[in-house]
Amino acid sequence: MMPTMSAKDLSKIYRRGSEEVRALDGVSFEARSGEMAAVIGPSGSGKTTLLNIIGCLDNPTAGTLSVGGEEIFGGRKELSEKELTFIRRRIFGYVFQKFYLIPTLTVRENIMLPSAFYKSSAGAKSPDDVMKLLGIDKRAGHLPGELSGGEMQRVAIARALINSPKVILADEPTGSLDSRRTGEIKEILRELATQGMTVVMVTHNLELAKAADRVIELRDGKVV
Amino acid sequence: MNIYSVAYKNLLRKKTRAALTAGGIALSAWVLATLLGFNRGYENGLNRDIDNMGFQVLLTAKGCPYEAATLMLKGGTGLRYMPESVVKTVYLNPEVEKVTPMLMQGVFDPNKGENGAIAAYLGVDALTFPAMKGYLEFKQGGWFKDNNAYEAVMGFEAAELEQREVGDKLLIPGVDKELAVTGILKRSGTQDDGTIFLPIGAVQKIFGKQGKLTGLGIKVRKDADMAAFENKLYDLPDVQVVSMAQVKTTIMNLVNSARVIVLGIAVIAVIIAMAGVINTILMSVMERYAEIGILKSMGAMPLDIFKMIWAETAMLCSVGGAGGIFLSFLTARVSESAVRYFLPYAPNGALIALDWRICLFAFLLIVVGGLLSGVYPAWRAARVRPLEAIRIEGEQ
Repeated sequence: MMPTMSAKDLSKIYRRGSEEVRALDGVSFEARSGEMAAVIGPSGSGKTTLLNIIGCLDNPTAGTLSVGGEEIFGGRKELSEKELTFIRRRIFGYVFQKFYLIPTLTVRENIMLPSAFYKSSAGAKSPDDVMKLLGIDKRAGHLPGELSGGEMQRVAIARALINSPKVILADEPTGSLDSRRTGEIKEILRELATQGMTVVMVTHNLELAKAADRVIELRDGKVV
Repeated sequence: MNIYSVAYKNLLRKKTRAALTAGGIALSAWVLATLLGFNRGYENGLNRDIDNMGFQVLLTAKGCPYEAATLMLKGGTGLRYMPESVVKTVYLNPEVEKVTPMLMQGVFDPNKGENGAIAAYLGVDALTFPAMKGYLEFKQGGWFKDNNAYEAVMGFEAAELEQREVGDKLLIPGVDKELAVTGILKRSGTQDDGTIFLPIGAVQKIFGKQGKLTGLGIKVRKDADMAAFENKLYDLPDVQVVSMAQVKTTIMNLVNSARVIVLGIAVIAVIIAMAGVINTILMSVMERYAEIGILKSMGAMPLDIFKMIWAETAMLCSVGGAGGIFLSFLTARVSESAVRYFLPYAPNGALIALDWRICLFAFLLIVVGGLLSGVYPAWRAARVRPLEAIRIEGEQ
């Protein structure tokens, strides 16, 4: 199977005053369509930096990244904010630990929020289908304040799915949930991968990491 | 789902804060619309009062011009006299279409009000005065026919105050003369409503002012050169020429001075409201810093975020502006009473004239001011970097 995401020798160097901080140091990995990959490692190991770069929120200092055969970073000049945004729109859906749902929008409206800003070139999914897939169709008219933590994370996942992304990037998706809800979210992410998406998640949760097809362990910015 | 519906829902997050900010904007819109309405209403009223006088120039005995202006508009009683012969002298000028002599007298009436007050009587010529005041209509009766008859015509309010009808008697206190009421005027909305008109000959006789006048109203021909005519009148001895244009200019100059101060206050009120808008929107942006970054990570462009925040500002200002203008309509009568209480002279009719142009202007000024105030918070929001927002999320 063709790899959906391929990273080679990704490096990220920050300058802190006169000091040079090497947050990522030659990280390479692949993740295929239908695969769930977990990025693990201690705090400060470069997990979030890696997620930011593969999620096109930041440029790498060196290295290449291609998604679905399309080269995104690699030997060219740094991409502008606008270019990165266009790539994010086409390829990625994001899930965050703290959900970031808008409290005055209903579940349905929160799910449709990305479509307020752009229309997906891949074609937007029906919010009803996405809610049904995630088991929140009966909560469509509720406000986030009326939902449990697990339900809120399902809404956040639904929001990430609405514009048919190729890759789901999840940063500590179960960090705010208890073990039962963690299990539910794990099953949902697994189901998304089964449907052909690539799921890359940063997690401290070993149970979630064990469910992944591929585990990328980082230490001091390097894959170990 | 679009940017504007998201902006609207964002405003609902902190309802009290949004309501207070909109309230501040409404107050400034209310002040602005009311003051603009007052500007229009006062000028209209003054023009109406002057047009209703029926003459463009008034001759009075030499004295204070402000007293003369008051005499014309309110019926003052600090009086000087000029000879009746001036009527003929003035009438001989080719520029003159009509003249009407007047003699105003006042007496202390101990039965008027709680502590007594001055009762004023305006002696007018039975032939020329009604012709100049063509707009006056009678509720009952009519004008006196004889300039020496002991008769009276009462303005609408004067008749109501004295509770008189046609055929009743009217006693002039102090001189103990009884007059027969021959007519009660309909309400005209002018100073005439509070005036008691007597035949000029009778007033001269009752008060011992034979051959004397306090004023001479002059109606000038349409094609006449007003400036040249006024210059001719200045050559007359011991008389003062007050043209309506002068009166209007004098009063408007006084009112304009006050208006500049009051409009300055309105501008300050608008500026304070706009500072409130900046504060509210900026606070809201800072509270949603991480969330705005997340929206950008989901694909929102800086311009989308700018539009969203700007739309929130526009909605807040539109609601506040519309509310303030509605409030200015609701409180127009109360505001008018307050203005009348404080102004030494206020014309008759509506003092606060609100029309769609004033409302639209006030509304647009508030909305445009609000949009300008919203530029900085919207720009700050548009500049939020998703990476920073996510980093903040990680640190919290």
